[in-house]
Amino acid sequence: MAMVQPRSIRARRLGAHLLLIGLVSLVVFPLLLVISISFREGNFATGSLIPERFSLEHWALAFGIPWERADGSVIQPPFPVLLWLWNSVKVAVVSSLLIVLLSTTSAYAFARMRFKGKAPILKGMLIFQMFPAVLSLVALYALFDRLGQLVPALGINTHGSLIVASLGAVALHIWTIKGYFESIDGSLEEAAMVDGASTWQAFRYILLPLSVPILMVVFILAFVMSIMEYPMASVLLVDEHKLTLAVGAQQYLADHNQRWGNFAAAAVLSGLPITLMFLLCQRWIVGGLTAGGVKG
Amino acid sequence: MYTTNASRGLPRHRSRHPTERYGRWAGRALVATLVVSLLWLVLAFHLNGQWMFALLFLVLGSSLAVVFTKRSLMSHRYIFPAVAGLGVFVIFPLLYTIGISFSNYSSSNLLSEERVRDQLLSRTFQAEGAAFDFALYRDGERARLYLHGGDLTPEDDLPEASQGFVTPPLNLDNPEPRRVGLQAADRPPSGEPLPMREVIAARSLLQGLTLLTPEGPELRMAGLRHYAPILDRYEARDDGSLYDRRDDRVLTPDPAIGFFVTDDGERITPGWPVAVGLDNYTQIFTDPDIRGPFLQIFVWTFVFAGLTVVFTLAVGFVLASLLQWDQLRGKAIYRTLLILPYAVPAFISILIFKGMFNQHFGEVNMILETLFGIRPEWFTDPWLARSMLLIVNTWLGYPYMLLLCMGLIQSIPRDLFEASAVDGGGPLTNLWRITLPLILKPLTPLLIAAFAFNFNNFVLIALLTGGNPDILGASTPAGTTDLLVSYTYRIAFQDAGQNFGLAAAIATLIFLLVAGLSWLNLRLSKVKV
Repeated sequence: MAMVQPRSIRARRLGAHLLLIGLVSLVVFPLLLVISISFREGNFATGSLIPERFSLEHWALAFGIPWERADGSVIQPPFPVLLWLWNSVKVAVVSSLLIVLLSTTSAYAFARMRFKGKAPILKGMLIFQMFPAVLSLVALYALFDRLGQLVPALGINTHGSLIVASLGAVALHIWTIKGYFESIDGSLEEAAMVDGASTWQAFRYILLPLSVPILMVVFILAFVMSIMEYPMASVLLVDEHKLTLAVGAQQYLADHNQRWGNFAAAAVLSGLPITLMFLLCQRWIVGGLTAGGVKG
Repeated sequence: MYTTNASRGLPRHRSRHPTERYGRWAGRALVATLVVSLLWLVLAFHLNGQWMFALLFLVLGSSLAVVFTKRSLMSHRYIFPAVAGLGVFVIFPLLYTIGISFSNYSSSNLLSEERVRDQLLSRTFQAEGAAFDFALYRDGERARLYLHGGDLTPEDDLPEASQGFVTPPLNLDNPEPRRVGLQAADRPPSGEPLPMREVIAARSLLQGLTLLTPEGPELRMAGLRHYAPILDRYEARDDGSLYDRRDDRVLTPDPAIGFFVTDDGERITPGWPVAVGLDNYTQIFTDPDIRGPFLQIFVWTFVFAGLTVVFTLAVGFVLASLLQWDQLRGKAIYRTLLILPYAVPAFISILIFKGMFNQHFGEVNMILETLFGIRPEWFTDPWLARSMLLIVNTWLGYPYMLLLCMGLIQSIPRDLFEASAVDGGGPLTNLWRITLPLILKPLTPLLIAAFAFNFNNFVLIALLTGGNPDILGASTPAGTTDLLVSYTYRIAFQDAGQNFGLAAAIATLIFLLVAGLSWLNLRLSKVKV
């Protein structure tokens, strides 16, 4: 608390509030607008933020229920949104679990062991992580295309390929977990090993239970990143019923036929859980993201 | 530093606990199975002639075997899965991409030379000149087809003894396509041929028929009065060339360009991938139809990434300074609302903006029209499209900068501001003399990372503008709002030609730039390992 205060503090405080309120409304407007549009009738309805002609049409369609309009015409759901959401969640859960598994064991080695090539591998991981996957899409496509001819579960148009491909992006998580491990005193494990525990046992029964919070954070971080992953999924997935939400959602706003209202309902339906999850866990996620200096 | 036993390489004794012993054996069995299945992949890829993939899995399998059998590499077992993931899905694709950039790999040069040859040899043509006349003859409820006057071996130049064929009776009412065997016949079946009117009525049946001659070649309908033999178009010769029977010419394989070529230089598609050296790179820098758009996109990519960093940093920093102000109330609510753009999945908020900026019924234009009476064409005017991208990206990106700046401002000792206030310094002095100098240094590597991220901000471009509006006169799909990444993506996946080689060459150039940036980043941030 500053003891010496400049004059005219009230005017400045008011100005700050006005500026912040203005910016907040700019930020929140698009989001409120989409919620409002999702309740408007028809796909091209315009009007005020509070819908004048309230209708659950878009919501019914988003949940996959055919909607009967007042004039008797029945509209079929244009896209299987719930299926896309399910695909996204399925891929994200499996790949995040694998990522947590891989990065935890690696982080343990990097934090607690001394071995040849440790520093170069750590630094190299950080550098290679900066190369965007979009640029190697041709190679990844070729890899999964050829692999799929031998192992069908890992071919083009399978969720397996998407899950496996996400395992390349673990460097950030390794760094996060490694930092946490290093903040835990090693004497606990040492004591366990004096009592006859093996390296693995010290890791499994001493360090791991202490690290549950950071593992949760990494899981959520990996989950959110996987849900938002677009380039790889757009190339690897082909059939409509295989798409993830990130790839499928854009079909609502195809150039020739924009289903603005239907999109709004689907966007709120699928975006809300992710947004809420992010806001609830923001303290940890933000820490993890800013530490690595990479936006997901 | 505390180090565990394993990395000291101490010997391990046979465990007294049976469960642990079985656990170890299970682990060994798992590793063995993995190694064997990887080696199977190596063999399969090798037999398919894909040596790069065979090599990849050979390296993977053998390193797996070495790491999990040598006791001295105990520590490496822990990092092996992650490093392998990085190797297979980041480093290998990178090397593979660089490799492709020296080849003419594209949708027309996709298959191996052997497969191309097989594909050409399986091509057929309809020898119109050797066509048979046909007529339909009634046979009870059904009808027979009589063919005569054609030539089944047109390339031997011998006058054919006039040969006739007849089909078994056909049901004219069943138009399903089918294959029917022919019998040799010297003369037409008895009775009068059906008039043209009825032939036309049975046309759909006749078009679906494939007639098998006893000699081998098949006949299909060619015009209303004829059936022509279908013959193999190419004949393999001993010197590796192909003889084109239809056009009477010779195709020789040209290993330099990966195509079969005729004597007058015409290329026959498909071709096969061959190394073309630096062709793709010289094309980028010399071909005016590619160099122009490439340079334009190159410059725009830098401008876009730079301006994005400047704008997001400016907004984020101002907000962070405001939110750090002790006198302000309700900071928690402001903070939560202000980081909302970061919490909403990007692919949803980008699409929301795509709808809002719609020229005809989007909310942005509606508001602008009521206020100023203008309807900007956000998606068709290049400069407006670019401004739109920057607006949207600032909206998307400032929360990250806000969070960074808040963290950094918080770490500035409060007594500095106190001292400044005692000396009569205002907020601006505080900003220029205290805050900025103190946060700029730790911020720099993060700004470089943000620059690199936006340099490659594929999702924004792909979902918002798709690179449009197009650059006129470009021979590859190139848009005025395309970034280098989306340009590469479009060349590889959205262009009809799918020129993977050219795309890989541009990707390699971006790799170099990104490598430079991350090296700089690592130097500046002084990462401690």
